[in-house]
Amino acid sequence: MSTGPTGTSTPRAGAGEERIAAAFRDHEGAAALMPYIMGGYPDPSVSRDIAKAYVDGGADLVELGVPYSDPLADGPVVHAAGTDALNAGVTVDDVFELGEQLAADVPVVLMTYANIVLRPGIEAFAARMRDAGFSGLIVPDLPIGEDSADVVAACDAAGIAFVPLVAPSTTEARVAEVRSAARGFLYAVSVTGTTGERASLSDQFEEVIRRAKTAGAGDGAAADVPVGLGFGIANGEHAAQAAAAGADGVIVGSRLVRAAGEDDPVAAVSAVMADLASGLGR
Amino acid sequence: MSTAHRPEIGSERRFGPYGGRYVPESLLPALDELEAVWSELRDDPAFKNEFRGLLRDYVGRPSPLYLARRMSERAGREVWLKREDLNHTGAHKINNALGQCLIAKRMGKPRIIAETGAGQHGVATATAAALLDLECVIYMGVEDIRRQMPNVQRMRLLGTTVQPVESGARTLKEAVSQAFRDWVGSVGDTHYVMGTAAGAAPFPAIVRDLQRIIGDEAREQILEQAGRLPDRVVACVGGGSNAIGIFTAFLDDPVALVGVEAGGHGILSGSHGAVLASGVDAGVLHGSYGPVMQDAQGQILEAHSVSAGLDYPGVGPQHAWLRDSGRATYVPVDDDDAVRAFREVARLEGIIPALESSHALHHVLHVPAPEVEVDLVCLSGRGDKDLAEALAKLEEIDGAAALAADDGEPTVVPTAIGSDPEADEDGDGPQGAEEVR
Repeated sequence: MSTGPTGTSTPRAGAGEERIAAAFRDHEGAAALMPYIMGGYPDPSVSRDIAKAYVDGGADLVELGVPYSDPLADGPVVHAAGTDALNAGVTVDDVFELGEQLAADVPVVLMTYANIVLRPGIEAFAARMRDAGFSGLIVPDLPIGEDSADVVAACDAAGIAFVPLVAPSTTEARVAEVRSAARGFLYAVSVTGTTGERASLSDQFEEVIRRAKTAGAGDGAAADVPVGLGFGIANGEHAAQAAAAGADGVIVGSRLVRAAGEDDPVAAVSAVMADLASGLGR
Repeated sequence: MSTAHRPEIGSERRFGPYGGRYVPESLLPALDELEAVWSELRDDPAFKNEFRGLLRDYVGRPSPLYLARRMSERAGREVWLKREDLNHTGAHKINNALGQCLIAKRMGKPRIIAETGAGQHGVATATAAALLDLECVIYMGVEDIRRQMPNVQRMRLLGTTVQPVESGARTLKEAVSQAFRDWVGSVGDTHYVMGTAAGAAPFPAIVRDLQRIIGDEAREQILEQAGRLPDRVVACVGGGSNAIGIFTAFLDDPVALVGVEAGGHGILSGSHGAVLASGVDAGVLHGSYGPVMQDAQGQILEAHSVSAGLDYPGVGPQHAWLRDSGRATYVPVDDDDAVRAFREVARLEGIIPALESSHALHHVLHVPAPEVEVDLVCLSGRGDKDLAEALAKLEEIDGAAALAADDGEPTVVPTAIGSDPEADEDGDGPQGAEEVR
């Protein structure tokens, strides 16, 4: 652990990063439970009920997705849900409204594609997230580097944690680079591929977690970055395996989005949440 | 391997503010690898020999440069056609597909994927894959599959899997997105053969490098055949690969460069593909930052064009920069004018042009340009694939007489081409604006 003058826990992204850190520190069970919701799916009203079911089901943080026309990192379930929401008229404004209500109960991390962030201007978008009470931002098509520098800076200024991703194909050196730029947590992608349920976790997930936890760690601020594992986690057993391998949080998307499309969405997502919580020893 | 070219790596990720790598982290290693491999191969003698040899013996290059006599008469200036339609598989697409499949072989990737709209890039890629013994999957929107069944059958015959794409408007944009999704999961053993000079870096630069042979040949040919450089080079622009391919050789010459985009139902209708001419805002599409058709919230919009190959809401980043820097200009030609030019060129020259190329041909035939004496046009592909679509459209706009022997085109007084170039300098006479529609 660092003994430097600023310590290891000085947040670079202000209030958002502090709230996310608290979620990782204070959760029950083996890891933080981080469900994903497709904002406005199947419709804005039901989406609010689903968000509430997440909170009631023990969500420590909610990842809020924005329906998008061209989601390059998403598999068929999330893609189709986003398309349905867009066809039903759901707008970015609707998603912010949902997130603002949700942020009263849990930290909200917005997950959206780069063009949605760039469209109104980066500073304006970051300020809007701050005003809505959001804590973080995940942009799957904005890797750490020259293309994302402006967005990270604008998020820092607004107190929003920019959460980057690492994948199984990411080299050790690159993981260290991304990790040192991570605010709030580092999103480890468990598989080489798009979002979606898998029958079992890939044989790569333990290695991804190990690298995400250790690459470049031990020097200054990077030492304490929590790791959330996502893509492919579909049930309590997967969640337990992720936690056992060292993940500080588990992110569940497609399984819950599929449940949100069922006849009784609230009952369906609640059942999935209960299974996940049980897997995490709660 | 030599490290002599290392400084080039990454130097063309952006053209002005445009370009970049807006892709999932999973793909960055593949883009890094592609960039590094290409910086070696582009100057590697063995690779160049193999590529040039196939272009000559398999594709049939150099493609001819042809002085289109009756088009020249009608336009009132020399019109030279660079005949990419005479390439194997019928379009310029094979230059890039073959080059990228050779790169895939060098990288040891046994599987390739690609998107296609009209099917020309899909057929070219399927052809190169058969030649080089690569497994090939082509993503194609179900709407385009319906419209372009002969090309689907060609790809299947060639041993390729055609994967239907059901999302969105089921056309080119969605096919590209689905190919990217495949690549996110398959990047270890798969190369994505991007079909146009767009997408994440280094694709715009690689596709340009592989297509620049169009302009390199044409420049040499016109100097030899016409004894001079053209005043203007004209090419159609969807993503922009044939245009950047022919423009590149003339960038440092005193030659006007004109890109012709899909005007669709007209710019004001919003139903078009004229991304540069209409001045839409920049955004991110398919890994690249550049002008893109989008709504106020940042959702990408569908483009429209009668030609599937120009039906794309984005454009290559180098074209955007050529526009901003003033080096090239971009103009729209709408659906109706393009299909009429399709018929007109068939009747004037006995050449059935691709509907994409027909946009450029309309501009050359019917938009006054008194300052131009010699035009060079990229005839990017042949139009057999477009017959059903174009004939239906002609009947829609010109009624049952659409294919009557007299199509109502203006009769022009023939002028002697090239006999007295001095006479055209004032722009008067039969070359004047009155004679062109």
